Amino acid sequence: MLFGIEWDTSSDLAFAISILPILLRGMIVTIQATFLGFFVALVLGLIFAALKAAPLKIISWPAGVLTEFIRDTPLLIQLFFLYYVLPEYGLVLPAFLTGALALGLQYSAYTAEVYRAGIEAIAKGQHEAARALNFTSLRTFTHVVLPQAVPRIIPAMGNYLVSIMKDVPVLSVVTVLEMLNVAQIVGDRTFNYLIPLSMVGGLYMIMTLVASGGVRWLDQTLPKRGLSLK
Amino acid sequence: MSDTIIKFDQVVKRFGALTVLDHLDFNVQRGEKVTIIGPSGSGKSTVLRILMTLESISEGIVSVDGEPLWHEERNGRLVNASEAHLRKMRVQLGMVFQQFNLFPHMSVRRNITEGPVKVLGMSRQDARERAEELLEMVGLANQADKYPHQLSGGQQQRVGIARALAMRPKVMLFDEPTSALDPELVGEVLNVIGALAEEHDLTMLLVTHEMRFAREVSDRVCFFDKGKIKEQGTPDELFTDPKEERTREFLKAVLEG
Repeated sequence: MLFGIEWDTSSDLAFAISILPILLRGMIVTIQATFLGFFVALVLGLIFAALKAAPLKIISWPAGVLTEFIRDTPLLIQLFFLYYVLPEYGLVLPAFLTGALALGLQYSAYTAEVYRAGIEAIAKGQHEAARALNFTSLRTFTHVVLPQAVPRIIPAMGNYLVSIMKDVPVLSVVTVLEMLNVAQIVGDRTFNYLIPLSMVGGLYMIMTLVASGGVRWLDQTLPKRGLSLK
Repeated sequence: MSDTIIKFDQVVKRFGALTVLDHLDFNVQRGEKVTIIGPSGSGKSTVLRILMTLESISEGIVSVDGEPLWHEERNGRLVNASEAHLRKMRVQLGMVFQQFNLFPHMSVRRNITEGPVKVLGMSRQDARERAEELLEMVGLANQADKYPHQLSGGQQQRVGIARALAMRPKVMLFDEPTSALDPELVGEVLNVIGALAEEHDLTMLLVTHEMRFAREVSDRVCFFDKGKIKEQGTPDELFTDPKEERTREFLKAVLEG
């Protein structure tokens, strides 16, 4: 019994059907962690990209070192660090939040690169026109650069959404009850790992297919309005 | 009283080892229409880009309406201009680019109103009305809701002119405005610029290869060579009776080519 739901071990099929609602509970957590992590990665990545593009070395250099460091260390270490070390300094976060934050942090180093590429693809003339019209650099970024960069970066960002989704099981090591963790608990208690693990694989495939389809739909739906997409 | 609006005083511009402007002295009077011609690499576009603050200067002083552009006075000394100073000075100038540089994600109307609303603080309603007037002037009434990619190159460039004019600059800079256009679209853009040249108080600086047009609209033509003004004069003087051998060579090459 898990989450108050009993399993039926009379046959493989009955077992599979009976644990499906349990796995779906875990799937909800997986989806929540994915989207929270993705949101953090999108916001933090944009901040990192902006800092790295700063004209002052004193700003761009530390931002570059920090993102490089994040990229070059395993997600698991960052997760342990946030989960076990931060509480020693008085910052205690629930396991779920810590996990989503770690995912977002790790992927922000990658999304920063995507933003950078998207931003650098904007023609020089766009910056010059904005300057000639006396836009501030902030307005140039938010009203000229970003709106043209976003449609270009959607496919790459979509790939990272799927990657984050597939990395969520790492959070099980800090007790987050995401889908794989739930399946493992079911396996531990019933000594039947084949069925829950297979089901997790199948459910994962459905989730990633839906996510990729959504990204493709968004990519095709967003008006390009004459943006020259290279 | 001479009413100088633009003054280059011994201006040097270097890109690394390359000297693009070599101790240039160059003045423009208020309301004057000046065309700059010359071979590529002679520094003619750089003059406009320095005025639009897209390119800094290495030495010398550039003044716009009596005030230094790339310097400002602090504690009685001239120091390099801050971004705030550049922002203050920039409102006096407007630029039309060779590649139009319209914002592709904005409608024609927003391309024209964005600056007046967000930079000059004009109300959206006033800016829209002004945009309609300007579009009418450049012959693009009823095109305000289109996006740049739905327009021909000539139409895009006319929007570019309207966008620059919407900021009400004292000086308009045209950087080879027809060089990126198909030959049959050049005329419609030149007509608009020619009509603008009728306005007395607007100062215009035009870099172009359209010699016949330069002759029609300019008060003065300057021939640039190797970062300096090699020769200048009224269009008649320069085109019919150039004094310098280099000018003759250039005009011969351009007019026959």
